[in-house]
Amino acid sequence: MSSAEIRNLILTVIALGVCALLPMADSGYWLSIGLSIAMFTVLATSWALFSGPTHYISLATAAFFGVGTYTTGLGFETLPFWSLVALAGMFGALMAALVGLATLRLSGVYFVIFTLGLAELVRQVITWAQNQSGQKGLYVLTDITEAMIYWMLIALAAAVYLTGWLIGRSRLGFALRIIGDDETVAAHSGINTARAKVLLFMVPGAVAAMTGAILAPRYVYIEPSLAFTPMLSFQVVIMALLGGTGRLWGPLAGVVPFTLLWESISSNFPNQTTLLLGLSFLLIVYALPHGFVGLLDRLRQRVTGGVS
Amino acid sequence: MDILITGLLLGGTYALIAMGLNLQYGVARIMNLANGELLVAGGFGAFFFYTSGQVSPFLTIFLVAPAAFGVSWLIYRIMLRPLVNRAKSRGQLETDSILATFGLSFVGVGLMLAAFGGDYFNYSYLARPITLAGDTFALNRVASFLAAVVICGLLYLWLNRTRAGLSIRAIAVSPDSARLVGIDVPRMAAIAFALGGAVTAVGGALISTYLTLDASAGVIFTLKALIIVIMGGVGDVRGTIVAALFLGVVETLVASLIDPGLTLAAAYALFILVLLFRPQGIFGKTPT
Repeated sequence: MSSAEIRNLILTVIALGVCALLPMADSGYWLSIGLSIAMFTVLATSWALFSGPTHYISLATAAFFGVGTYTTGLGFETLPFWSLVALAGMFGALMAALVGLATLRLSGVYFVIFTLGLAELVRQVITWAQNQSGQKGLYVLTDITEAMIYWMLIALAAAVYLTGWLIGRSRLGFALRIIGDDETVAAHSGINTARAKVLLFMVPGAVAAMTGAILAPRYVYIEPSLAFTPMLSFQVVIMALLGGTGRLWGPLAGVVPFTLLWESISSNFPNQTTLLLGLSFLLIVYALPHGFVGLLDRLRQRVTGGVS
Repeated sequence: MDILITGLLLGGTYALIAMGLNLQYGVARIMNLANGELLVAGGFGAFFFYTSGQVSPFLTIFLVAPAAFGVSWLIYRIMLRPLVNRAKSRGQLETDSILATFGLSFVGVGLMLAAFGGDYFNYSYLARPITLAGDTFALNRVASFLAAVVICGLLYLWLNRTRAGLSIRAIAVSPDSARLVGIDVPRMAAIAFALGGAVTAVGGALISTYLTLDASAGVIFTLKALIIVIMGGVGDVRGTIVAALFLGVVETLVASLIDPGLTLAAAYALFILVLLFRPQGIFGKTPT
């Protein structure tokens, strides 16, 4: 490790430690905002780990998330909570592997379309299964408080950052950067592109399912339309792209402003959130193709006069 | 038999919608995810004219089609052409156009929510029974199917018998070579995109005679149209029609035999099979 890396590591640990103090300061409004930010940081950062280097846009976050909440919802009475989170992670990874095997051998369009409908597919199947057994939703009654959920999310965020950093240093991360630049070149230099993509796609799958499992106690009552809301997938994509997927900390730069904006829009103009989503997408494509990180890099270049 | 015919009637309208998307993706190379919103807008148009002036939806389509053509043309020229020009590779254009049309689709839903509210809307037009092969069907379904057949037929003839159709097919095969033989690719791509939008909106007006729509229903139709296009093969009219009829029948089968809530799951099951075994489409040739 170089000295810069050690410095970054120490700074990250301190920042996470400061974030973990939030429940001491406030347990109402700001804690719930902090919880949303922590949740989207975990989701958007893990999303960017896969979609950043490969440019494959995954809209499956809601599907994995919903599977996670249902894992907790169905198992919290019989199994300890920590094992449910681990179990949800395994389900998520398994599902991601299956989706990846079916679609990642083909071009990016197939992948986007498939993941777009995945949440709806799982939702229909679960709704159908519930209709068969005659129940509508599940009550998740535990003694887990908001503060505990928040700490678990911070721990998960730390794990995601660590994973991202390790992947960036590994052979897999190197292979993925080549795939992102030019897939044909990657295949010709002996990289098993399909395998690398499937392996990496399992990371956001597992993380999103674990996030869902952790958040289930907060909802108290879960039903398919709540657990599999497609909005979640789009929010994650926008936040990650708004921040920029080129750096590990990039998505965080999108999560914080967008969560605050979203909270204020949805409490003041609840019917206009879809319009906000649409305009954000257009803003990203036409004005911020590389996110805030890219903007920052351009500004920095201008200040130093192009000399890096 | 009852299920088969109901499925085929549904599939006819699906074919129209998927043809619209196929024109846009096959020729203009834009995977238009805002397609479903245009469909719902077409349905809103038919609804509005029928409830306010008793205008038949089958006349409204002559108004809906030029309007959708114009809107799509403007969208292509103003929003999507810059993306085509700046894209360095096919992959980048795909990513950009997916994000941009997603944005458009949400803006479309947002505007329609603001204009019409979040309620479901439907109206009763030609809801009379008609007897076919011993079973009874709603007349509006049969009439919509016939209208879809006529439009698909005209489109097929236009693509295969006219000079403009030939140019469009040439661009679908290879945009670079099409330019070499003197085809104005940007202009024809814009026309194909606009025509695709018009066809989809007409499909929306037809489907609104017998299905209930709401402002956010578009994405389901986009998904189904995408699945049909991939099943039938990009740029393949014949494959699109067969795939659409097939999907209509499978959906009706699942809805009437298992559960009406599982139609998308049925479409997905088909999609997975196609992806695993024939990713180039039903009639597609294996790429060499």
